[in-house]
Amino acid sequence: MIVASPKPITELKNLIARHGKVLFVGCGTCVTVCLAGGEREVGIAAYAIRMARKIEGKPLELTQIAIERQCENEFIKDLAEPAAKAEAIVSFGCGAGVQAIAERFPGKPVYPGLNTQFLGILEEQAVWTEKCLGCGDCMLAEFGGICPVTRCAKRMLNGPCGGSTETHCEVDADRPCAWQLIYTRLKGIGQLDRLDEIVPPKDWSTSWHAGARKIVRQEHRV
Amino acid sequence: MTSNWEPRIIAFCCNYCAYAAADLAGSKRMQYPANVRIIHSPCTGKIEMEHILEAFEKGIDGILVAGCLEGGCHFLEGNLRARKRTDRIRAMLDEIGVGAERLLMVNLSAAMAPTFVERVNQIVEKVRALGPSPLHSSKQMESVGMP
Repeated sequence: MIVASPKPITELKNLIARHGKVLFVGCGTCVTVCLAGGEREVGIAAYAIRMARKIEGKPLELTQIAIERQCENEFIKDLAEPAAKAEAIVSFGCGAGVQAIAERFPGKPVYPGLNTQFLGILEEQAVWTEKCLGCGDCMLAEFGGICPVTRCAKRMLNGPCGGSTETHCEVDADRPCAWQLIYTRLKGIGQLDRLDEIVPPKDWSTSWHAGARKIVRQEHRV
Repeated sequence: MTSNWEPRIIAFCCNYCAYAAADLAGSKRMQYPANVRIIHSPCTGKIEMEHILEAFEKGIDGILVAGCLEGGCHFLEGNLRARKRTDRIRAMLDEIGVGAERLLMVNLSAAMAPTFVERVNQIVEKVRALGPSPLHSSKQMESVGMP
């Protein structure tokens, strides 16, 4: 899922300083699961912002709503009525959600309520780790299902590097060495022979370096 | 601030400790300020951040969250979770200008009536020194039934 974290209250307050009627929009998908932008987190942010504005002597008329998914027009259309009454919208979705709402309401300022971080998983309660870079050319089969492109600080395709310890990365002592994990995993599934092969340089043309990517799948087009 | 202003405090009290301690304080005829309104909670772990924020938004001057001694929670770790949540709200209250000092969490047992009284006195005096909540509005307080 997409993992995000809340913006500090002061930053959020400054974003909407020029507005008197604002709509806070939560998203019911990834950012709800990562406890950053669901209905509940929007509610807590709303309490804080309303109080901060009242103390400043500039009370804020704030409406809050959470939709199922901000990254789909089908769900964004539910915002038409509350958005019409607001001067500005704060999206508590990921960066895709913020932009989808901005496209849908071209005459309305739309601000981000979160900092979108990465594609990751929940390790334990309230701990998320990055697992995927979205490089567009998945090589997980070669590495036993552990991605060195994302999880090795040096993105080594033929690791480990000379600096790794038995278990951890030299760049961050708290981070497990991806190449140690790859070795253990390949050994466990009986595919250590994969390490004999030199992995050629990665084709980065599928990644984001040339700008935003687009996927069209003709078989599903109507 | 009017000269006869008195702080209004809410005490969220855990059923298994602080509520019983408050009861015991009453039985022992111990005196504590009448500024405090007690809200009976099944466990401090059941007190959500929204409950505390809502009370502050409505203009309450201070909040006491009273839970079991660490390691003594009836539900094992409700009081530890409450501590993390109150710490987060305290940081938030500082950031928005209400002030972290208006929220206090204490740990005590059902037998610690004198500690309960002491902590109530502590927060009442602290909030009295701070003055009314910057969100205080008598009209709002009337609407939520506070004198």
